[in-house]
Amino acid sequence: MAYSFPEEVLEYVFAFLSSDKDRNAVSLVCKSWYEIERWCRRRIFIGNCYAVSPQIVIRRFPKVRAVKIKGKPHFADFNLVPEGWGAYLYPWISAMARSYPWLEEIKLKRMVVTDESLELISKSFKNFKVLVLSSCEGFTTDGLASIAANCRNLRELDLRESEVEDLSGHWLSHFPDNFTSLVSLNMSCLGSEVSFSALERLVSRCPNLKTLRLNRAVPVEKLPSLLRRAPQLVEFGTGAYSAEIQTDIFSNLVEAFSGCKHLKSLSGFWDVVPAYLPAMYNVCSRITSLNLSYATVQSPDLVELISQCPNLKCLWVLDYIEDAGLKALSSYCKDLQELRVFPSDPYGAEPNVSLTEQGLVTVSAGCPKLQSVLYFCRQMSNAALIAIARNRPNFIRFRLCIIEPQAPDYLTLEPLDTGFGAIVENCKELRRLSLSGLLTDRVFEYIGTHAKKLEMLSIAFAGDSDLGLHHVLSGCESLRKLEIRDCPFGHKALLANAAKLETMRSLWMSSCSVSYGACKLLGQKMPRLNVEVIDERGSPNSRPETCPVEKLYVYRTVAGPRVDKPDFVWTMDEDAALRLS
Amino acid sequence: MEGVMSHESDLNLKATELRLGLPGTEESTAKNNKRASPELVDDGELFKLESDAKAGDRETAPASKAQIVGWPPVRSYWKNNVHPKKTEAETGNYVKVSMDGAPYLRKIDLKIYMGYSELFKALENMFKLTIGEYSEREGYKGSDYAPAYEDKDGDLMLVGDVPWEMFMSSCKRLRIMKGSEATGLGCGA
Repeated sequence: MAYSFPEEVLEYVFAFLSSDKDRNAVSLVCKSWYEIERWCRRRIFIGNCYAVSPQIVIRRFPKVRAVKIKGKPHFADFNLVPEGWGAYLYPWISAMARSYPWLEEIKLKRMVVTDESLELISKSFKNFKVLVLSSCEGFTTDGLASIAANCRNLRELDLRESEVEDLSGHWLSHFPDNFTSLVSLNMSCLGSEVSFSALERLVSRCPNLKTLRLNRAVPVEKLPSLLRRAPQLVEFGTGAYSAEIQTDIFSNLVEAFSGCKHLKSLSGFWDVVPAYLPAMYNVCSRITSLNLSYATVQSPDLVELISQCPNLKCLWVLDYIEDAGLKALSSYCKDLQELRVFPSDPYGAEPNVSLTEQGLVTVSAGCPKLQSVLYFCRQMSNAALIAIARNRPNFIRFRLCIIEPQAPDYLTLEPLDTGFGAIVENCKELRRLSLSGLLTDRVFEYIGTHAKKLEMLSIAFAGDSDLGLHHVLSGCESLRKLEIRDCPFGHKALLANAAKLETMRSLWMSSCSVSYGACKLLGQKMPRLNVEVIDERGSPNSRPETCPVEKLYVYRTVAGPRVDKPDFVWTMDEDAALRLS
Repeated sequence: MEGVMSHESDLNLKATELRLGLPGTEESTAKNNKRASPELVDDGELFKLESDAKAGDRETAPASKAQIVGWPPVRSYWKNNVHPKKTEAETGNYVKVSMDGAPYLRKIDLKIYMGYSELFKALENMFKLTIGEYSEREGYKGSDYAPAYEDKDGDLMLVGDVPWEMFMSSCKRLRIMKGSEATGLGCGA
């Protein structure tokens, strides 16, 4: 009996599926479901821009409205990926400009974006609404001017942490006078001053503005004028938060902040003068997110501010907070879910602040909802890690950076294997882990045995042998991203677990011991992986096959070897791969 | 399996500690001697934590702390934003100085002056003129010259009204005005 639901009904039902996993599952049911689903998929997430090509995406999903694309590997953040490696946006935009005229959203991370791309975006998509450029680079403020001038329905322009060549602040003045649709503007990464009157007028005429993150060049005395024009703001980032102490500036600030009854998130605070912090106290009781990672303020002032924020869920702060400040945090902020503590003096040989493992132990004990941590410190012990693991079995993300590479347990001088072992054993929902300190193969045994939900693992200066890597690759069932630097891992574990690499998004290994010969072998064995050798010393063919490569980046792909490689990148067994595709 | 640490035995970490220095050098040499791109040994054994890895096997390295590329893992974007004051201190705060009637302009670094009086002394020396006494009401009395500056908004302002720090950050260029124009700036409007 040829009985089937009308397509329209199925399409209507599928529209309620927002998760990619669910949509992918639905596509596998039968051919007709595959067809229906692909025509109604509106949002695409591409975790690695080289895993697929624009043509393949467009061919399968012809009616996409929102794309999110990630480019360079995470270690690019720490200058480990040479300039010119890739992740260019332009080919995507040029393909989508032809095929997705109704594209509304583009969200990018670690991609190279040119002014040309920005101009093409601004002119190709008539209903363009959202542009988020996270840790991107390659464009100037001229590109922003095109977006401002041409995107009549723009809602979000978020440049978070991108490196923009700042030619002038003039771009902001390109928003037309009749442009009123802005909901979110994050220009905190820009250096130049924008015309303040243009900014004031923009804020005044956009009644739906909820997020405004200013850049450092906006002085504190100008903030009240903006806040008064946007009392509906939910997220606000100040500029430089310093000025000569003048009572009228202070009282204006107090009044302006008081008018913002919906503020939940604060950031900015460059050059902060502590005396101006109390101006915000009136809004602190509603604040759930506080980014003080630029605020070079001492612990007592930080504590005073934090003590006003009982509803705090997310805190990013410098290690000036010290153990004492973290103790206060743990007693005032019982709702805390995420904590990041950054090093104020990362390259100093000696500690400049009194922040130790104790701060993290205290917060893990006092904050029952804490689930995500990034912590830089200079000493750690197994005892502390064990205590932390027992206090907080609900960790989802645990990233610990002990500043000195291979630093042992400072009390016992042992490796920190058992400490991190306790973390993975107790925190059964752990999805992301970054290791540091002195670690042997044993820690990887613990991780392979217990970290079954782990999706991303970062390793540096750790392990003794391939056995360590083998534990991870064979044991971590949910592993998607593995990034390794300066570890004594060779090819044995890689080749023995080659199939595992097809179940992961990517593997990065730099300053390890994987030989060129092994890379070639891996490339031959696994045609659906791109095995990229990155080596700035010249062609690996000019050295013996046993010579280790500088950097190795392996990722699964349906697009074959990439065609935009620079001269320091080689794809292993490119010929064979091309023949097979 | 090569390179396995034996936990059972007493860990004499001093002997296995990775140090780039001559044998016999003391603890006072910098702890972290890792070079930016470690020389790759043929058989790939980069980091041996076995007891036979002696300090003497490695090359000597400068005593100062060598920075490892990308460690600690802080983003350069963030680094530049937390402590950019350093770079400012290195580059200086140069502004152009024009004097009405002079054939060409000069440039001075505002950073080297502690306050207005030092600045005026320098200008007086540079242009061979006198600037006069500053008063809030009357501007610069006792001279034909008045120092003015262009601020961030492009407005021409009389030098001396605002605190020195504020002036330093808002001054884009200096202009030494002469004659009737100059006195005009100082009079109560």
